[in-house]
Amino acid sequence: MTVLIAILVVGLISLAFGALLGFASVKFKVEGDPLAEQIDAILPQTQCGQCGYPGCKPYADAVANGEAINKCAPGGDDTIKKIADLMGVEPIAMDEAHETDNTPKVAFIIEEDCIGCTKCIQACPVDAIIGTTKQMHTIIADECTGCDLCVAPCPVDCIEMRPIPQTTRNWQWDLANIPVTQID
Amino acid sequence: MAYWIASSPHNHIQDKTSALMRLVIYATIPGIIAQWYFFGWGNLIQIGLATVTALIAEFLVLSLREKNIKEQLFDGSAILTAVLIGISIPALAPWWVSVLGALFAIAIVKQLYGGLGHNPFNPAMAAYVMLLISFPVQMTLWQPPLSLMHHQLDFVNTLSVIFTNFTLDGYSVEQLRTHIDGFTMATPLDTVKTALTMGKTVEEAMTSPVIGEYFSVGWQWINAAFLLGGFVLIYKKAISWVTPASFLASIFVCSFIAFMVSPDTNTSTMFHWFSGATMLGAFFILTDPVSGATSVKGRIVFAALAGFLVFIIRKYGGYPDAVAFAVLLCNMAAPLIDQFTRPRTYGHQ
Amino acid sequence: METVIERIEQGRFWQFHGGIHPPEMKFLTTNKPIRTVSLPQRLVLPIQQHIGEAGELIVKPGDYVLKGQPLTKTTVPLAVPIHAPTSGTIASIENHIIAHPSGLNEMSVILMPDGEDRWRERHIVENYSQLDKNTLVEKIANAGIAGMGGAGFPTHIKVNTKAKIDFLIINAAECEPYITADDLLMREHAASVIEGIKILDKILEPAFILIGIEDNKPEAIDALNHEIKQFDKIKLCVVPTKYPTGGEKQLIKILTGKEVPSGVLPSSLGIVMQNVGTCHAIAEAVISDTPLIKRVVTVTGQALEKPQNVWALLGTPIEHLLQECQYPQQQKRHIIMGGPMMGFSLPNTQVPVVKTTNCILAPSEKEIPDANQEIECIRCGQCAEVCPAQLLPQELQWHAKAKDSEQLTKLNLFDCIECGACAYVCPSHIPLVHYYRVSKAEIRQQKLLDIKAEKAKQRFEARKARLERDKKAREEKHKKAAEARRARMNSGTEEANKEKSAVAAALARVQAKKAQQSGVQANTTNDDKKSQVADAIARAKAKKAGQSAPNGDAGDDKKQQVAAAIARAKAKKLAAKEQANDDSAEENINAVETKPTSAQDDKKARVAAAVARAKAKKLAAQEQPSDVGTDDTGKSPETISSTAEDAKKARIAAAVAKAKAKKLAANTESDDQRTEGEAEASTKDKDDVMAEAIVEPPQETSTSTQDDKKARIAAAVAKAKAKKLAANTGSDDQRTEGEAEASTKDKAEVTAEAVVEPMQETSTSAQDDKKARIAAAVAKAKAKKQAANADTDVKQVEGEAKASTKDKTNVTAEADVEAAGETSTSAQDDKKARIAAAVAKAKAKKLAEKAQKDNQTS
Repeated sequence: MTVLIAILVVGLISLAFGALLGFASVKFKVEGDPLAEQIDAILPQTQCGQCGYPGCKPYADAVANGEAINKCAPGGDDTIKKIADLMGVEPIAMDEAHETDNTPKVAFIIEEDCIGCTKCIQACPVDAIIGTTKQMHTIIADECTGCDLCVAPCPVDCIEMRPIPQTTRNWQWDLANIPVTQID
Repeated sequence: MAYWIASSPHNHIQDKTSALMRLVIYATIPGIIAQWYFFGWGNLIQIGLATVTALIAEFLVLSLREKNIKEQLFDGSAILTAVLIGISIPALAPWWVSVLGALFAIAIVKQLYGGLGHNPFNPAMAAYVMLLISFPVQMTLWQPPLSLMHHQLDFVNTLSVIFTNFTLDGYSVEQLRTHIDGFTMATPLDTVKTALTMGKTVEEAMTSPVIGEYFSVGWQWINAAFLLGGFVLIYKKAISWVTPASFLASIFVCSFIAFMVSPDTNTSTMFHWFSGATMLGAFFILTDPVSGATSVKGRIVFAALAGFLVFIIRKYGGYPDAVAFAVLLCNMAAPLIDQFTRPRTYGHQ
Repeated sequence: METVIERIEQGRFWQFHGGIHPPEMKFLTTNKPIRTVSLPQRLVLPIQQHIGEAGELIVKPGDYVLKGQPLTKTTVPLAVPIHAPTSGTIASIENHIIAHPSGLNEMSVILMPDGEDRWRERHIVENYSQLDKNTLVEKIANAGIAGMGGAGFPTHIKVNTKAKIDFLIINAAECEPYITADDLLMREHAASVIEGIKILDKILEPAFILIGIEDNKPEAIDALNHEIKQFDKIKLCVVPTKYPTGGEKQLIKILTGKEVPSGVLPSSLGIVMQNVGTCHAIAEAVISDTPLIKRVVTVTGQALEKPQNVWALLGTPIEHLLQECQYPQQQKRHIIMGGPMMGFSLPNTQVPVVKTTNCILAPSEKEIPDANQEIECIRCGQCAEVCPAQLLPQELQWHAKAKDSEQLTKLNLFDCIECGACAYVCPSHIPLVHYYRVSKAEIRQQKLLDIKAEKAKQRFEARKARLERDKKAREEKHKKAAEARRARMNSGTEEANKEKSAVAAALARVQAKKAQQSGVQANTTNDDKKSQVADAIARAKAKKAGQSAPNGDAGDDKKQQVAAAIARAKAKKLAAKEQANDDSAEENINAVETKPTSAQDDKKARVAAAVARAKAKKLAAQEQPSDVGTDDTGKSPETISSTAEDAKKARIAAAVAKAKAKKLAANTESDDQRTEGEAEASTKDKDDVMAEAIVEPPQETSTSTQDDKKARIAAAVAKAKAKKLAANTGSDDQRTEGEAEASTKDKAEVTAEAVVEPMQETSTSAQDDKKARIAAAVAKAKAKKQAANADTDVKQVEGEAKASTKDKTNVTAEADVEAAGETSTSAQDDKKARIAAAVAKAKAKKLAEKAQKDNQTS
């Protein structure tokens, strides 16, 4: 009899707490950012497609659905680490197929070679190229994400990726690399 | 010709961490001399043993970690740790006690946590507590001051006791500690504690020969000598005065209140100040910057907490002295104290 | 506010937290007057010497300028002009090393003084009190005055504040331990400094003017006291010496007891601060119309034999000043611009003096020894004790090392004024300030990147929405057009019947084609790859020939010519190829007239091939739209009518192709030359580079413009491939020939073929187009990689081979995209194309591996 009472009491208590927890989970539900949104916020938004997806958002969706987190070449190891932190997984090394040199670059059109075909304009994911048919095109350097997508479509190979030059404004206090003149 | 590129500021005080450490070591000398005067060669031998062990341990670990041995071996921190261990260990403890202590302090408490600057606990005190818990018998083998002993204990005899447990004449440590009346003599703190547990009043306990005229024979002068060394450090700006002041004030307040409430079961404030390791702790151990709090406010809280813990453990704890335990507990609390005592930045509310 | 003044009058001040007392070294220069130095040989004037935007250049090299003449003009408020410090000629405008810790180069005007020092016309203002505020501010702006204390903030912006000003604080503290420039200026030009203060008083109308000066400048204090006797409004506040009293926020705290809230300008508290040097410059600018062209610079340090304060023209190279103050030759030069606490070391002595340069420090090695080795932080907390911003330098240091920007921001890293007090006292010699600077720069950069990423995201989304909209609109249009046609066909008119019959004819053609194709495929499945390709080529050839032959319209003769050229080129190339592969299948190419070409002609053949290729592409590009046109009118596809636009396009394409061909020819030619020049034994070199873009414009019922695009893309891809391959083989040969002593026989046969057969599609969506492009890009990339692989392999082998080297690299990359058959199944087509691309990829890889293995074993 006492055993039965004990079982009954414990059962009732657990039932009560279960109900309480269930109620709390419904009542105090936090409408957080969906995972994909959070991942998208981490990605560098170059829209370069190097991950194999047509843009950062699609890749973020894919990662949220189980795609590998190491395919963002422009983001590099930093981005992998951040996504790993967010998703609570171990950071992994950059996928070899997606490994690239990720020094920041900006596209540059060699204007005398441009034939005005508008192919690069169609390729640019962020509309950072201006120009029209049979008119010379040019890059809005501030908007360019350096994604590389305009280089391939150019029929006359007049687009090249140039590293962003270092100025006093973006200098990072790298004292070791100051060119010191040696006089003998 | 080459140009020299450096980041500002270009000028710099020429003080170094190693110089600071050396100064602290020098400041312990008055205390050590007092110990030598009252307890003989024992502590000097322990200090020597601990120093040699600490340097060897430091060398081994540094070479294993592929660090700059030349720079770090003699930065003084290992030697200081060893000196503090040697001071705190009973003078006649067996040789392996100080060796083990130094080894533990350097290899585990200091280097295993990342070396100088990264250890969360004071190495000397962590080693002391480890020894106290592991070898309670050896660690409570404090002999009475030389003046109360009926055996002569010269350097060779001390050496013999430390390495063989017996003097050249064949007396054991226990025999050395025994009073002429036939009872074993302990430290003043121990004596008082034992007396109190046996239902005696403090006043009765104070009649013990180890207490002597004022607070304790020998110990009071040793504490006074460490106080002197502490003043030198404060004068030299090697340590800030807030930590010892806060610690001593805290002990004073706690013991004063207790003494006022029940003078029969509580010792006086001055007895707390001048017995055990109070002054050593106040000026040489709590002021260890690595394991303490950093801001001024933080240090005040840190030291006051230590003082409170010393009093509580001395009164209610199982061990007679409490500085080591209090320091370790405060070390644990230091990051939390730092967190809550951050200064208000200029221009912020 | 009264209490503030009361306290000041009683000589009681507030205190800021921390601070240090570095050794005073002002005695080196305090006892000597300001000297005027000789004119340097050239002046270097960076066009930006202040915080904000650079002005716009208004001079050009070769111009003669007068002293005080502006060299840049300002178009935006934050810009400050620069002026010619003396008369002379502009030698050049170039990138020159500037006074910045980075040692980077920036745009500078190089002025060669003529030694005459001729002034431009000046307008001396006798009584400035008659001028109104705006005129005064304008005069300050035109004189190019930027804060001379160190930061270089444009003065006209700072004084043009709308806020009500309680205190104008003049910063004469000069707390850096070596600098005496302001001290000397106040002693020698106290009247002028006070005039400048009065001008500021007129502009800002503050309640009180406080001059903050440290008590280590008694002579300057006397001089100022003498000048301000009759002005009650100006209070001279002699404050105790402590570094960094001269910091803006610190001086405000000392004098007024207020703290400037983080991220807010002092003007929000009703406080404006100006440096004494700036006051002097303002007086000069307003009264004697002298722009900011020179300043007092303390040239000091124990390495100098004659340290002294000098009047230096802006743009004077440091080298000149050091010579004037007798800088001995030293093995190790440590030259600091600014004081020892906040200055930066210079990488060479060509750096010019700029508006913010107040000190040049050349210490002896004993004075400022090399930085000590940094050791671990022992958390001694001394840094926190001296920090004037009440930060926790050691905690900041840990987070900076861990690059934890979140914690750094939380610990108020950006409130650090980089005064260097923490690093000065650190017993572990940790360069704390340097860590903070790096972290600050990184956090700032990261913020910029975040903003940029957000912008990119928005633009990407906007673009996606636009494309979606366009697509919908297009579909709508197509649907409408289809409905209209259906309505027409059902109307039963003669025209409708015609259309119907045209559709029927097209269908019949499609079927015939299919049958033919399957037949060909059956024939070739057992044949080797080469013959298959040849077959495809032949087919294309035949078709093209057939297309162009009966075409006799007068307007189309250009096209005819092109077609003929293609035919010829094709033939030639084919022949060349056939020679390479002896196993040619003649029955497959019997439709083509084959001209035998000799082996020596292969260069020519290659060039021709390139030309032909380009032409073919162009033709394909032209034909597609014309197909659309012809089909719609129900005519046979043989009739080609081109518009004027097409012709233009064709010309452009031809030009491009020609250029390409030329380049190719040049490459091969130079190769051959080298070969002949160096090879001692007989060298036989055969490069077969074949890239063929064969586009079969089929007979369709209605082709959309996308097909056209696809074809063009395919052509471009093929072209790019060919180019790259040619370049690769070229460099290979070069290396090979350069080292080979014995006979070298190198055959690099690279054939890249992109055969795109867009056939019989009624409606292709834009997606297909994209897919095809991706496939092409993939194939291209693969080919590139392979070529690179082969390249390196060859290099390794050739590098060691002294005996005869025989190397055959056959790299064949085929991107065979056949989107054929079906009438309206775009999805399937797409899939097929992808599969084909994948197959081509795999094949190419295998081949490359084989080639590699071969090379290794040989």
